Order: sequence, then structure tokens, then C-alpha cells
Amino acid sequence: MNKGRLLAVAIAVATLALLAIGTIWPVPSAVAYAGGGKGDLLVSPSTPDAAANDLGTQIRLHAWDKAYSSLANKAEFTQSQFIHDLTGYALSLRTYATLDGFEVQPLHQSANDAELIMKLRWSTVVGTFEDKRDVHVVRIGDHWAVNWPIVPEQHVPPQVIPVNYLRWDVIKSGSGDDWGAQDVEAPHVRIVDMHPVNRADGVVVMGELLNEDVIPAYVSVRATLVSKTGSVLDSEGSFDMISHTLLPKQVTPFVIRFPGIDLSEVGSIRMVPQSVLVSASADPVIEVQNQQYNAPPGATLTGQLSNQSGQTVNVAHVLSSFYDKNGQLVWVAGQYIDRVLQPQIPVDFRISVPEDIARKINTERTVVSTYAVGSFQ
Amino acid sequence: MRPGRVFAFVTTVALTTATAAAGQSSDMTLPPSVAAGSAFSIATSGSGKAVLYVVGPGQAVRHDVVMGQPVSFAAGVLYNAGHYLVILAKDSSTDTEALDVVPAPRPETLGFLAQPSRLPVGVHNGISGAVYVFDAYHNLITTPMTASLELSNSSGTMQSRSVPTQNGLAWAEMDSASKEGAVKFVARIGGISSTRIIDQVPGDPCAITISAQPENGKLLVQTAPVHDCSGNAIPDGTIVTFTESYNDLQSTVDVPLKQGVARVTMPAYKGSKISAASGVVAGNEIIWGGGR
Repeated sequence: MNKGRLLAVAIAVATLALLAIGTIWPVPSAVAYAGGGKGDLLVSPSTPDAAANDLGTQIRLHAWDKAYSSLANKAEFTQSQFIHDLTGYALSLRTYATLDGFEVQPLHQSANDAELIMKLRWSTVVGTFEDKRDVHVVRIGDHWAVNWPIVPEQHVPPQVIPVNYLRWDVIKSGSGDDWGAQDVEAPHVRIVDMHPVNRADGVVVMGELLNEDVIPAYVSVRATLVSKTGSVLDSEGSFDMISHTLLPKQVTPFVIRFPGIDLSEVGSIRMVPQSVLVSASADPVIEVQNQQYNAPPGATLTGQLSNQSGQTVNVAHVLSSFYDKNGQLVWVAGQYIDRVLQPQIPVDFRISVPEDIARKINTERTVVSTYAVGSFQ
Repeated sequence: MRPGRVFAFVTTVALTTATAAAGQSSDMTLPPSVAAGSAFSIATSGSGKAVLYVVGPGQAVRHDVVMGQPVSFAAGVLYNAGHYLVILAKDSSTDTEALDVVPAPRPETLGFLAQPSRLPVGVHNGISGAVYVFDAYHNLITTPMTASLELSNSSGTMQSRSVPTQNGLAWAEMDSASKEGAVKFVARIGGISSTRIIDQVPGDPCAITISAQPENGKLLVQTAPVHDCSGNAIPDGTIVTFTESYNDLQSTVDVPLKQGVARVTMPAYKGSKISAASGVVAGNEIIWGGGR
């Protein structure tokens, strides 16, 4: 046998050996990505952590049958309820979210049960959100199974909610109209506050925009950073960090980020508010209840959103402005609500505030923009 | 500029240059000027046959001519105002002369730009109107004329201005009234008029007054009817922001006015402070004493 054949045989043997090792003792991530997920193909959940990890993997793979059948308390709810608990009972951000990752933190363990925290990190088109569940894990024979803490769907009592809020419709001039023909004027909007700050990841320009007209406006804000020599450093828009539909006399905060730019490089900032006349409705009205600023460490603004209309709101975006004791705007932050807002059923929100800014905050103001399927907002 | 006009311009320049170089006497007699769209004729002298070309802005006309007979142009043939070149091409030579077509003296249409279409009440010089006067063929009439600009509502004329046109344009500024409502902005020149509608809307709320009363364990907070400083009712749909503060808790809600009043149900905490604001205007603050 010559050297070449010997080398080929050696490579083949080594490949077979590695395949065998990988199959018998797979790393968990490889199992997950291979679709095995359940883990007990080769390693049974012999610990509470393993049971929770297996469940997390199955949720990530949308292996709903396996995930549901692995639960210890599955008799308490149906598989459909389990799925809807994770993906939402109605169209919401959860519906199209994917589980980006999860983390299991053990709290307490005895011979027959254990307490864990499962942090599920979901990825959506507007960023990630975390779903934290306190999980009870029980020993059943020689393996462990999770008691899933299902959040039952809250039902609105059957009723009629009369809604007679205003709605604005727009008829614009046609393409065949003569030169100089009159059209409906765009709404008048005004920036009433603007404040740039220097952050570690770049310049952040924040402010507030007022619709000072008597008609609704679709608004956005564009900012251009100009250097001290007069050259343009960057130009960015507020994107989703603004409540785009503004009713008459309504105020929205906005944030524009300029990553990688230091405020010391900036000579001036050009702000351009833009407004377009749109059809809009004054419904739904969202009340921000029990809003509370929790001082540092770990500063947050918490509260509840209450939908006072009869319409289900599929996606809600909370935007909060924070002011110092002189009433100066010091920070703007937001959070998307991952669950639908059913009429009259409060939904919690929680907005984190950077530690260095948190100490300056004296008051805050919160607005909510909404999207409901089949409506303009 | 359209290709036809470019062609006409180039042709005009070329032929003018050629004529100037020739310096010959002409066999045709032109009127000093012609009103756009009117009928006219060009007299010719001599004998034989020729071809007459009339070239101008956006137009070129050709006529076969028997020399010694006038060439007639019907009404509406030459309708673009401007400087035309008339070329008589004979067998042995070419005569070239200039003809000015001026806008028809009678105005037919007005281009009326009124800004803005919507503004708050009580704005000094807030409404501007610019009127351009055109003849029936959309030529700008540059002859000075008197334009009348008038702002009126259903009860009569509110403001009017008489302004002479300069180079076909007249403009004026006017104040918005103190009472809300749509007004007609009319421009008139020589019996022709054009109308625009200006919507005068209420200004900012002048004062917001709120009151509260218990309702089913909660607090019903509502504004008094909201008006601007001229007494106009603020339109429905305008947002009023209610804020309730109690210890470290705060509740806020943006409520649209409905039938002139904003109304909301809020948590009932004894000692809570409740305030309202609309845009940049703040209202009064009340302290809820538990129904007393």
C-alpha cells in the first residue's frame, strides 16, 4: 500500500470517528440546529435545567407538538392555548416573532421540584423583546418536566361600546386641474423642543413636534449634522422613533440617532419637520395608567396602557419624554408592546432609562401610537 | 422649451440675419402689430407666384401667394403672442419682415394663487393673493389693468383691494377675520373672476378649565367647552392631554374634543393632582379631595 492510500484510509477512519462522536455526544447547539431539539433523543432531561432547555429549543424550532407533550401540566390547557400564549391570541408583534435565544436561571431545587426563570428573547421586525417566565419544574419518574405558567387570554365581556369620535377624510385636487388651482394645504407642524446629546455610540438628537393645525398630520423629522467647516456630516430621519400620526394640537417626541459621530465635531444642526395631510381617525384613545418612574439603580418607567375604545389595537408603540427639574428634555425612549390591546384590559409596559441620565429626570410624559388591522392608525 | 419652439427660434434668428445682410426693399406690407387670434391680412405687390411663411413662437404657417393680391389670415390662426418673422419667398429673391403679435386686449382667464388655503383667525396680512391675467389664448396680458381682490363671507364683503397689474401680475395681502369659517377670496379683472376658498380656523385654546366628579369608583374629568381667544369653539378632534399625578404615580391620556368638550375617566386617588393641556396651552390644575 503506498503512502497516498494510507493517507486516504486514515482520513476516512478519522471522519467516521468524528461522525460517531458527534452523533453520540452532540453539543446542544448542534442538536438544536439539526432539528433534533428535544434533546432527549440522546440525552434525557435528567435535570430541571435540561427540561427547561429542551422546552426552549422546541419553542425555537416551533416544534409545538413536542413542546406541549413535554409539559407536566398540559392537562390544564390545550396545545392551541399554549401556542397562543407564546405567539399571541390575536395578530400582534408576537405573531411573526421568532425566538432568538433563551436563558435559564435556576432559583431553587429540591429532590422533586425546582424553580427557574426562563428568559425568552424574541426577535421582531421592530427589534427584540424579552418574555420572562417563572417556571416550576417537577420530577416525574426518572425525568423532569416543566409546569408551563400559561397566561390565559383575557376576555372582554360582551357589550356595545358606542364610538363616535371624529374621522378626517381628504379629497385632493386632481391631475387634470388647471395651473394655480387650489389644493388642500399641508398641516402646519412645529418643532417645540430640540436637544442634542453625546452618547457612547454617537450623537442623539431628540425633541418634540407639535401639530398646531386643526387637521391630522402624518409627520416625520429629518436632521442634518453640519460640521464646523460647513460640510454635511450626516443626515438621518426619525424613522419609527416618533408617533407618525398627529391629531390637532397633539405633541410627539422624536429621536434621531447618528452613530459614530461625536458632538464635538458638530457645528450646527438643520432640522426639517415634514407633514402630509392624511385621512385619520381620533379613535382609539389609549390611556397611560399608573405611570411610575423608578429611580436608579436600574431606572425604568413602568405603567399600563388601557384601550378605552371598542377596537382591538394590534400593535402599540409607547414613547416617553423625560425632563429635568427645569423642564428641559433630557431623554426620549420607547417600547413596542408585543401583545394586542384588548378594550379596557390594561397591558404593562416598561421602558429602561440609561443610568447616567436617570439621575437628572424629574418628570416624564408618555404618548402611544397605535396600529389596528383595517384602520389608518 | 418644446422642440417646435427651439426650431422656430433658430429659424427666426437665421432668417433675420440673412435679411439684414440682403438689405433689399420688400414686396409686402404688414400691419404694425396684430392682436393674438384676430384676423388680418398682408398686402403684396408685384406679379408672379411666391410662398409666404410666418414663423413665430410655437407656430409656423405657410401660404401660396399670387403677388399683387393680399394674403388673409382668419381669426385664430396666429394665437401665440410674440415676435414673428414673415418671409416672402419669390422665384428670384426673398423678402423678410417682422410682425409682432400682441396679447388680445380682453382678458379671458385669470390664474389666481391664494395662500394659504387654511389659517388661524386674526392673522395680520396672513392671506396673500396673486392674480395673473390671460387672454383667450393663454397669453399673459402685460398691459396695465385694474385687478380687484375681495375677501367676503356670507354676510358680505370683509376686505377689498384694487391693485393695478404690472407685467400681467397683481397681488395683495389681507388679514384673516376674528371669526372662524370659510371665506371667498375673489379676484376680478375686466369682468372675469376667479374664486378661492380660504378656511379661517380657530387659533390656540385661550383657556382650558377642567372639573372632576366621581363615577363608578373612578374619576370623570372633563373640560369646559374650549374656545380660542376670539371666542371661536376649538374644533372637535383637537387633542387635550390630561395628566393625573398621585405620589409617584402618573396617568396621562390624549383625548380628542367631542362636541367641544374632552372627557376621560381616570383613577380616583384622594389628593391626586389633575391638569390638562392642549398643544402649548396649559389649563388649570385641580386637586381631587375625594368628592368633597
